This record gives sequence, structure tokens and C-alpha cells, in this order.
Amino acid sequence: MITRWAVRRVLLWLDGRVRIASVTRKTLAKVFPDHWTFMLGEIALYSFVSLVATGVFLTLFFEPSPAETVYTGAYGPMRGVRASAAYASAVTLSWDVRAGLLMRQTHHWSALVFLSAIVAHLSRIFLTGAFRKPREINWVIGLTMFLLGIATGFAGYSVPDDLLSGTGLRIAAATLLSVPVVGPWAAFLLFGGGFPGTSIIPRLYILHVLLLPGAIAALIGAHLAILIRQKHTHFPGPGRTQDNVVGSKMWPTYGFRSLALMCAVFAVTFGLGGLVQINPVWVWGPFRPSGATSPAQPDWFLAWVEGALRLYPPYEFRIFGYLVPAPFVPGVVMPALTFLVLYLWPWLDRRLTRGRGRHQVLDRPRDSPARVAAWAWGASFYGLLLLASSDDVVARYFQIPVFGIVRTMRIVVLVVPVAIGAVAYVLARALREDPEATLLDLRWRRIAAVIRRRPPDVEGGERRAAGAERPAASGEEGAGA
Amino acid sequence: MNGRGRRTAERLVAAAFALTVLAAVSFAAVYVLGNQTQLLGLALCLAFAGLAAGFAVWAARLLPQGPYVEEREAMISPPEARRAFTAELDADQEPVVRAALPRRMLMLALGTLGVALVFPIRSLLFHGPTPWRALRRTAWRDGVRLVNADGAPLRPSDIALGGIVTAFPEGRLKDDHAMTVLLRVNPARLALPRGRKAWTVDGVVAYSKICTHAGCPVALYVQTAEQLVCPCHQSVFDVLKGASPVAGPAARSLPQLPIGVNAEGVLVARGDFPTPVGPGYWRSA
Ligand code: HEM
Ligand code: FES
Repeated sequence: MITRWAVRRVLLWLDGRVRIASVTRKTLAKVFPDHWTFMLGEIALYSFVSLVATGVFLTLFFEPSPAETVYTGAYGPMRGVRASAAYASAVTLSWDVRAGLLMRQTHHWSALVFLSAIVAHLSRIFLTGAFRKPREINWVIGLTMFLLGIATGFAGYSVPDDLLSGTGLRIAAATLLSVPVVGPWAAFLLFGGGFPGTSIIPRLYILHVLLLPGAIAALIGAHLAILIRQKHTHFPGPGRTQDNVVGSKMWPTYGFRSLALMCAVFAVTFGLGGLVQINPVWVWGPFRPSGATSPAQPDWFLAWVEGALRLYPPYEFRIFGYLVPAPFVPGVVMPALTFLVLYLWPWLDRRLTRGRGRHQVLDRPRDSPARVAAWAWGASFYGLLLLASSDDVVARYFQIPVFGIVRTMRIVVLVVPVAIGAVAYVLARALREDPEATLLDLRWRRIAAVIRRRPPDVEGGERRAAGAERPAASGEEGAGA
Repeated sequence: MNGRGRRTAERLVAAAFALTVLAAVSFAAVYVLGNQTQLLGLALCLAFAGLAAGFAVWAARLLPQGPYVEEREAMISPPEARRAFTAELDADQEPVVRAALPRRMLMLALGTLGVALVFPIRSLLFHGPTPWRALRRTAWRDGVRLVNADGAPLRPSDIALGGIVTAFPEGRLKDDHAMTVLLRVNPARLALPRGRKAWTVDGVVAYSKICTHAGCPVALYVQTAEQLVCPCHQSVFDVLKGASPVAGPAARSLPQLPIGVNAEGVLVARGDFPTPVGPGYWRSA
């Protein structure tokens, strides 16, 4: 009762000064579609909240300094060891600060959940065509947050100055160095000289706790503001059109549901942070230039690049007599192309499906077999690269020579994703014939029919899908682009 | 929803929030009693899980269920509004467009200022040599003594057959760039590239320890095969053949350091590495 009275007083007080009554009413009545895939983006949002909350705790103890000190805390095997203040304070956080290890591990797990949720969210947007006009801006913002998230994660992973993160930093430095013409300058400016130098830890730290999360927070604001302005898409269904949104209202039902999701995300991140060990820096030991750990893997969100570095053949070439070293293609060109294609996808997709109108009703994945095929290719290609980043672990576990694995994987990453893409294409086509069916209902007869009919029907099928969108979109199209 | 169902749902929600109360109290108690990471995490996990379950049941069973329909306005202004908008823009632009000289000078001013403000980026490399100079050479010079990681001068006898020792230039123990491995092999089996006969001492050879692929320290020596292995991406270098790459992603040999012994019998360099060490970069040599 008393809260209700207080909230009402505050809102009316505000309305008497900045006139919020109708805006607030509209916001509370905002309709959110009821489908679980709309919650993936929220998981990313709430894990970012978890990252900021635990990260602020860490900043109170972590010292981003390369200055040499001697660790004197509670962890016996490290006592008396000379290490950088950064490393010593990360061990102190883990062993001497009460609840410090919980916060450190929760922070790291939240980072993994954050980036996984972004990838899942991106897949949903991709497969349902939610990136299409008018939502290209949010697609571009979302991808930028993904990139910034990867950068923040890498910077955070690097600052504790342990042996594992030092190895990652070294490979990053070599990759930067490999860029033609500007590489050496880029690497020397970032590191303040040759690797490792004494500037990189404080620089990565300020990027990690201020600049990059600040940029992400600003983009989250823009992402959500645009979302509210444009309103959500929704899946096709009875009563759902280009001109409305069907679902639950923000207040109270959707709000409560979203609060439930937020608490569930925290339950998962703190549960993992408390119960599942991650990045025990006291085991890796402090960074030493002459040492490296083996096996060594980066976090998954960079492991695909690491996998490519491992699989790329020992091939270097020269341009005008200047060396272009081996890490350049797998470490720079491949990731750059990946993000270039992703950034351009809304415009590539327009050509593919010839759907130029505004789209408020989503495609089901099966409505665009080409998109399903592209996604399946990507998921398997990057998944296999990720696997390749652990080739030494796999080799050790199965007692097989690592070079056999590398030789096999070089072919597998090129061939298997194409095959998986083709299979996904056929399955999506078969499902499209029967809107009611799920993947489990598919019978071989139907799939075979798709394969047999394929050559004459590819064009027609695409056109049919594109044509189906047009009448629905035309309501708004009259106004012109 | 009927009264019975409602009461059950309310009790469920209350039970879930009660779990949060218990878990929160346990969290505080565990914190006070000591630093038990697993229990702290479990307590927080249950506290948030209780909240999550409570909110979820509340939303699903006690709150109004849709579907609600909200109208959506087109994300483009009606044609007349767009026309009025462009007309307004054009009208207001006139005086700006006509003033060509100030406009062009403004562009030039902003462009110049923009370029000038790029210069301070150079401050990021505020000491030490420029990249190409730093990358080309190491601290090794003719006569510089080889010392181990503790700074003790190394003699050929310090390197056992099949052994591996990391060496630095004397007085530069932190010099990652000059880091070198010393290995002793049977001199009769050495098949070094031409002209390097005099670069070894009784089967002791010296190679840069920085992998030519992506710069990791080449720290593993497989004595039986006389191969150096990089732990990062498993590049393999043949010690007998001038550390040329035989497997993995590295494409260039580890540069070899010419070594000799001085009058005191201590290992010394006979010059710098003949080629730049470490990962490749844009260079003509
Ligand atoms: C997108 C956001 C973020 C991501 C992906 C991220 C990720 C990470 C990761 C993976 C680590 C390594 C943890 C470990 O040692 O195992 C780390 C460390 C750290 N993070 Fe973050 N973080 C983010 C935001 C923040 C924010 C907003 C702050 C503070 C305001 C912060 C403060 C710290 C500190 C102080 C450390 C070093 C402590 C240590 O590792 O022991 N982080 N971060
Ligand atoms: S750094 Fe040595 S193999 Fe890549």
C-alpha cells in the first residue's frame, strides 16, 4: 500500500514538471510478442548487467600495473613469488578477498553467457529475417555490440597478466603485426613499443572498464530506443498483420516475466561462478616472456580465430617484395570478411529474396531455405574452427598425432559446412511444403521429392516466397522509400 | 482463474520468495563465517532462482494474459509530410549553399583540424625506437656473452647432449626479443645451410626462441627427433637443418645465432641474427 502511494506521488510530481503521463502510459501498455526467442536478446542484456555489477566489485581490488611485487597472501604455493602487481592482485582477489573468487568467476562466466546470448539472438534475427527493412540499423548496432563484446572480453582476459593471457596477447600482437604496411605501427602504438612492454596492461584496463563497456552501454541505449520506436516484429499467425503487434503488455505481465528472466540469468551466472571453476590464474602462474602453457585455448568467442591460425597452411607471400606473413589471412582477413558479410547481410538478403518492402511479420526459417543454408554453413564452419582450436587437447585425449588432425581438419572445414548447408537447404524446402510439419514429422518421401524436383523448382520456389511477402508489405509501401 | 487455483498460485509464489529469504540469510551467514566460494555461489544462485520462479509463476498464473493488440504506425511519414520536410530543408539551405567561399573554407578548416588531431596518436609510442628499427635487430653483437635466465655466463659444457638452455645477452635478462635457445647435438649429424660451419661450438647450436609463426616461445625440445616444437600451434622445427619448419603453420626457419667461445671459454655471440627474429611483418628482406 505504502509503496503504491509513494510511486504514485513520485510519478505525479514528475508529471507536474516534465509531463510524463501519456508517455509513461504508452510505455506501460507497450505490447511484447509472446515467443521464447524474443528473450534471447534480454539474456544478453541481463548478463551485461551481471558483468557490470561484478566488474565494479573487481575494480576495487584489481591493480592494473606491470610493476613487479612479491605476492604475500594466503595462497601458499605462490607466496614469495615475484610477479606483476596485476597478477598478484588477481591472485589476492581469488584467495584473500572474501567473496572475491565468487565475483571473479561470476564475471568471467557472465562474459561467456553474454557473448553466447548475443550469438543466439543474432541467429534468431538472421533466421527469421528480422534484420530486414526497417530494422537494418539495429542489425548494424547489434553486430557492433558483438564486436565490442569480443574486444572487451579479450581485454579482460588479458589484464590479469598470467601466463595463459600473456600467450593470447602475444598471438594478438603477432596478428596485428602481420597487417601489410601499417601492421608494425599499429602494434607498436598499441603496446607502446615491442611486445610485451610495460604499457599494455594499463591500456587494456582502461579499455576494459571504461571505454568499451561505455560504448556498449551507449549502443544498448540506442538499440532499445530504436526497438521501442519501431516496435517488435511478430511471427505470422491469426490476427497478426503488418499494422499491429500481438502479445503481452509491458505492465504488468511482460514486466514480471522479464524480471523472472533477469533473476534466472543471475542465478545461472552466480551458480556457475560459485560452483564451476574458470580461469584459475594461480595455476597458470605469472606471465614470463620465456614461458608458455600447453595446452592453451582462448575463450570460445576468440577460439574460432585461433582455430583458423592453427589450420592455415604454412604459406606466406610477398607483395612488391614485402612479406605478408602467415597469420594475416586467418587472423585478419577471415574475421574481417566474416563481419563484412554479416554487416552487409540485410542488403545481400534483399537481392536474394527480392523482399524490398517493410517487414513487420517475421519469416519462419523455412520460408527462406537460402537463409537457413547460409546459417547452417556458418554455424558448422565456425563451430569446426572452434573445435580446431583444441586440436592439441583432442590429440592428447585420443592419443592420436596432432598433425593428422590438422591435415584432416583442413579439408573438413571446407567440405563439411557446404554439405551441412545443402542438407539444411533441402530440409527447409521440404518443411516449406507443409507449414504444419516440424523437423520430426519429415518423411524421406517428402525430402526425396524436394531433391528430385530441385532443378526446375529452385527459381520458382524463391519467387513464391518473395511474392508472398509483398501483398502484406504493400500497406506501407504506398508512401515510397 | 477460480479461487482455488489462485490461492495455490499465490502460495507457490510466496514459497519461491521464501526460498530467496532463506538463501539470502545463508549467503550472509556463509560470508560471515568464512570464504567458501561454492556455498556463497550456491546461496546467491538459489536466492535469484527463488526470485525468478516467483516472478515467473506470478506472471503466468496471477496476471492478465493477452493476447493484446497494439496498433503500429508506419515507420515512414506520410507523403505530404515528407514533401513539406524536403521543401523546408531546401528553403533553409539556400543561404548556406549560396555562401560558397565561407562554406568551402569551413570544410577545409574542419578537415585540417581533423588531420592535426590525429597527430597525438603518435604519442602512444612515447619512447624507444620506431617499429622497423626495433624489429630488425636484436641486442646481440659480436663478443656479447651468453648468460642463462639467472644472469650466469654459459660455457659449452653447461649444455648437455640433448639438453636445452635459454640464453640472453649479458645484462639484458628481460629482453624477450633477443631470447635464444642453445642445444647440443652430435656435430656429425648437423646439416646446416651452407656458410654456417663456424656458427656452432662442438655441436652447440643457437636459435632464436621466438616462433616465426605468431611469436610464442619455442619451449619444447623433442630430443629423440631433434625437433623444437612450439606449444601454441604446434609448429615443428628441425634442429639439425637450421631449424627449418617441418610441420605446423610456421613458414620460416628460426634464425640462427652465430656463436663462438671467448678467451675465458665463455660462449659469445659472433654477431646478430642474420634475419629478423619472431613473427613476420611487412618487410622487404
Ligand atoms: C561486455 C562487458 C565485459 C566483458 C565481456 C568482460 C569480460 C572479462 C573477462 C573475461 C575477464 C577475465 C576474468 C578472469 O580473470 O578470469 C575480466 C576481468 C576484469 N573485468 Fe571485465 N568484462 C566486462 C565488463 C567489465 C566492467 C563494466 C568492469 C568494471 C567496471 C569490468 C572489470 C573487470 C576487472 C577489474 C577485471 C580484472 C580482474 C581479474 O581478472 O581478476 N569488466 N572481464
Ligand atoms: S606461435 Fe608457434 S606455432 Fe604459432
